[in-house]
Amino acid sequence: MHGVIDPATAGTLAPSEEPRGPLLQVRDLTVEFATRNGLVKAVKNVNLTVAKGETLGIVGESGSGKSVTSYTVMRILDRAGRIAEGSIAFSGIDIAHAGEKQMRDLRGREMSMIFQNPRAALNPIRKVGHQIGDVLLHHLQADPRNVKEKVIEILNQVRIARPEERYHAYPFELSGGMCQRIVIALALACRPQLMIADEPTTGLDVTTQKAVMDLVTELTRARGMSTLLITHDLGLAAAYCDTVMVMEKGEVVETAPAEQIFRNPQHPYTRKLMRATPRPGISLRDLLPEEAQTRGRVQASPRPNPPPQAGEGGPVAPVEAVATPDADVAASNPLPLAGEGREGAAAPAAGLSSVAKGSPAPAAEKTLQPLLKVENLVKEYPRQGAPIAFLAGLFGKKPAKEDGIFRAVDGISFEVGKGESVGLVGESGCGKSTTSTIVMRLIDATSGRITFDGEDLSAIPAKSFAHHPMRKRIQMVFQDPTESLNPRYTAARAIADPLLRMGGMSEGPALRAKVEDLAGMVGLPVDLLDRFPHQLSGGQKARVGIARAIALNPDLVILDEPTAALDVSVQAVVLNLLEDLKHKIGMSYLFVSHDLHVVQLLCDRVIVMRQGRVVEEGTAEQVLAAPKDAYTRELIAAIPHPPV
Amino acid sequence: MTIASPSAARPSPLLATLKHARYVISDNPVTGLAFGMALVLVVCALLGPYIVPHDPYASNTAMALKPPSATYWFGTDQLGRDIFSRVIVATRLDLGIAVCSVALVFAAGGIAGIASGFFGGWTDRIIGRISDTIMAFPLFVLAMGIVAALGNTVTNIVIATAIINFPLYVRVARSEAQVRRQAGFVQAARLTGNSEWRILLTQILPNIMPIMMVQMSLTMGYAILNAAGLSFIGLGVRPPTAEWGIMVAEGATYIISGEWWIALFPGLSLMFAVFCFNLLGDGLRDIVDPQRRT
Repeated sequence: MHGVIDPATAGTLAPSEEPRGPLLQVRDLTVEFATRNGLVKAVKNVNLTVAKGETLGIVGESGSGKSVTSYTVMRILDRAGRIAEGSIAFSGIDIAHAGEKQMRDLRGREMSMIFQNPRAALNPIRKVGHQIGDVLLHHLQADPRNVKEKVIEILNQVRIARPEERYHAYPFELSGGMCQRIVIALALACRPQLMIADEPTTGLDVTTQKAVMDLVTELTRARGMSTLLITHDLGLAAAYCDTVMVMEKGEVVETAPAEQIFRNPQHPYTRKLMRATPRPGISLRDLLPEEAQTRGRVQASPRPNPPPQAGEGGPVAPVEAVATPDADVAASNPLPLAGEGREGAAAPAAGLSSVAKGSPAPAAEKTLQPLLKVENLVKEYPRQGAPIAFLAGLFGKKPAKEDGIFRAVDGISFEVGKGESVGLVGESGCGKSTTSTIVMRLIDATSGRITFDGEDLSAIPAKSFAHHPMRKRIQMVFQDPTESLNPRYTAARAIADPLLRMGGMSEGPALRAKVEDLAGMVGLPVDLLDRFPHQLSGGQKARVGIARAIALNPDLVILDEPTAALDVSVQAVVLNLLEDLKHKIGMSYLFVSHDLHVVQLLCDRVIVMRQGRVVEEGTAEQVLAAPKDAYTRELIAAIPHPPV
Repeated sequence: MTIASPSAARPSPLLATLKHARYVISDNPVTGLAFGMALVLVVCALLGPYIVPHDPYASNTAMALKPPSATYWFGTDQLGRDIFSRVIVATRLDLGIAVCSVALVFAAGGIAGIASGFFGGWTDRIIGRISDTIMAFPLFVLAMGIVAALGNTVTNIVIATAIINFPLYVRVARSEAQVRRQAGFVQAARLTGNSEWRILLTQILPNIMPIMMVQMSLTMGYAILNAAGLSFIGLGVRPPTAEWGIMVAEGATYIISGEWWIALFPGLSLMFAVFCFNLLGDGLRDIVDPQRRT
């Protein structure tokens, strides 16, 4: 097996080969962690078998125990964790009772691991060539005289261009994808029999993800290695694994060949996961679990009745669902609804329905009044490169150093209509976040105009915008719900912040009532309001962030990958919540994301960006079904799909 | 899914803090020990003059230079004063100097450091150069110079101690603030209409309190040593005031002739106090940090 393997066929090829003996066999594994509240079982009675040359995918959401299982196999658990029961056999060695010395010998030589964050997995102050050399020397695969040669050979294998040069590079000089290749090179250096890949591509762009995964598949198959792929992405597991094991709360709920599990999932949890995974040709409501739809009530959504038949019969437009409950809610809704907002709410609903039916209605967005108009926006930074440079440039006025000017945003123009959702899509470094930050008025543009509701925003410097009356009309939901909440503020305090600063409210029962109201709107239980962020789950923190953003009835909300840090099932609920709120309050969304499928679900229009420029713009339907630009096609092709 | 947890009645914040403090103390015996030692120091400082067996200032030449005994636990000095009573009474002065100077330097250095890290630019340059200038001097010599120049009073010891610790606070606060100035929650606070100074005080400052607590506890030890050191060389507090540094200085001349107790016991109490505050830091951090409260 040489050359590039098509991921779609890779899975089907494997089972037809010779029967293989198990390389790794885990029996009844239970792992316990000692915590402040007593023993917690992170993994319960897990059985798994990995044959020689097989790729097993472990799929589950956060807290499912998938990482703990793999760490246990490598015996790199925290000190608090221990194997309570069960056995692990790795090519005849009893891992559960092996000595530390024996394990050290195995790790790296017989089994190795690829970590989630390649940058964190590499020593930042050591040349990558030396880091790979260390592994080779440690396991006596090379001696000091020929180590450089061997390292360059390995770098060549992981397709790093100009390996002689890159041998001397430090991790920070390489891109994320490049770093992950180095980590793969480290993992494969000693030709181990088993490779554990723990979310190897989570932090990477889709096109990089495809390149990295193709590389891993090719290399491991060429060497007859077994792989344990740990991921939360069903599509990825489907595309690259022979067998898929689904875990929930420390237990295995289903194990089956990849194709079978997607064609015919047995366990309700597997079905729920599959439903929640965004894919082409579905509507937002399809993401929610079946029960929630048939029961007519979504636990998290304040909307009383989602479309009744949207469950199985394909996407039925949620027009009625939008129109009717909205009217009910408006009566009881304490938020003053602006007339224009109500108008706006109807328009995208029409757009949504047309998208769902498969007939694009380009006329829909033309009738919208523009709310935000961006013209020829340019943002230049004095130094080349890394996103850190953006941040550093924010406050310190650093003098232009060497290589001149870097244009993060290169003359882009677009409009967002009232009540419209526009997606801004592109890979990391394409300038989408810079654009949204400028629109947000947190940084100043180098040139260009931003008109918001007829007023020229670019004339107001970012520094004094905090006190500008426009401030409360543009709000934002941040990418990382954990990082965007002050760890020392309770949820209630975080939601109250905009009300105190700009809503003219002061501490007291009225404020509390308003906060509880907002919590109700975003489906956050009131008794959680007094908790600190670290006591809330990811989805709950996302709700706090959303409640804070909508507290002042903004006209435009910028969603900066609001679900990127969330599990798929939570993502499904949060996306639906955002859609509901949009109609309820009559907001416009500017949705910044790298995931076209997610964007398509929530947005009427999509703008694809690359290297600071707009490469394609159109309705979500058009862009996904018939991309005009080669780059857009590449993006779409790189998204792994379950074989449905 | 995301929504769980039955609605449990939340305890009041004060009660929660106390419960958490109890947990932290009982969780780590070293922290418990440090808190016990700190309690002893605080009791001595508050009640010292009322609980001592003898008048710390009454000289009794008949009883001069007596070794430790049942009546005089730590012995007596060259004027026949009870060393035990003097050591206890001195706690208030030494601790007072340390607490005041740490409070002063935390307010000045902490805020300057946060502003320096948060605003950057000229603010950072000016504050950075000021602290560099202070660090360019041998710190104890600088403190000597300040007290000598300003005058030999307790207030000036406090000021001198605060000044020499200023760069430490600036450095720590600056690096912590720099990490957080682009954090999501700071951006979010900007969006909700907070001014930069308000963000500095309500968002950044509370978040660097845990590390500042450790810093304060450590410098508390230094401050005690510094104050005692100044008195030892004759600056600052003057005899006959009971102060650990002076007492060690007075006792030092008698060590050669065999009266070891005069210098030993004040020295030991100095050690006790410094040791206590060095241990206390980690425990304090855990109490102030809400993330530990799960």
